[in-house]
Amino acid sequence: MLRISQQVYDAIRQHGEETWPHECCGVLLGRFTTDSGAMINDVEEAIRAGNTRTDSAHNRYNIAPRELVGIQRSGRNRGLEVVGFYHSHPDHPALWSPTDFAEAHWLGCSYVITAVEKGSARQTNSFLLTGDTEERKAFEYERIEVTGQLEPGLETESEPVS
Amino acid sequence: MKIEIPTTLRAYTGNQAVVTIQAATVAEALNRLTGLYPEFKKHLHTPDGKLRSFVNLYLNDQDIRYLPGREETQVRDSDTLSIIPSIAGGG
Ligand SMILES: [Zn+2]
Repeated sequence: MLRISQQVYDAIRQHGEETWPHECCGVLLGRFTTDSGAMINDVEEAIRAGNTRTDSAHNRYNIAPRELVGIQRSGRNRGLEVVGFYHSHPDHPALWSPTDFAEAHWLGCSYVITAVEKGSARQTNSFLLTGDTEERKAFEYERIEVTGQLEPGLETESEPVS
Repeated sequence: MKIEIPTTLRAYTGNQAVVTIQAATVAEALNRLTGLYPEFKKHLHTPDGKLRSFVNLYLNDQDIRYLPGREETQVRDSDTLSIIPSIAGGG
């Protein structure tokens, strides 16, 4: 399961809206924890990364390894680890593609995908990369728990009380 | 030298984020690392012994593929080698 605050969740979705019709990408820093035996990738921060695939940014993303080394190091200095990554699918469903799977190599990490339709973020899904080696890896759909949601009645879009 | 281990491979280095190794070259450092942690080898190399194409090696923020000596590049104790699997996708 992926656990993420409303603020960070909104931030990664907003990133996808900003870069539409191109793909956005970034790194999720946090902690690997467990709750009643269940593995949880607990996200603390989302760090925006540049998409190096300027040749095909509408349907490809790539984070420069050097940028990733820097993000990993800055996280470690604050006690945070790389627990996952996110990217957007402009005008495409929030499901992993064969390319996403072929190029996913961080076993145990979460890969979060947000569908962005005509500039508006729609569905966000998370897939955990499971398996103990590259040859036996698999994507498993995982639940996203969004924490710290606004109290009902405080939401800006709630019905006015008559 | 120091070798930085990505979270995804830390289970194979006794949960250490950084491993300190005495070595003269990058190749020697990697050999010592996999000697210390044999389980690590299959994540670094393909079954036929080649460095996996998606595993990037950065020596002090320089991609070793672009260093003249590549894996035979000489290293010092103060150097840091980062093992960093690539992040990409699409669709
Ligand atoms: Zn994708």
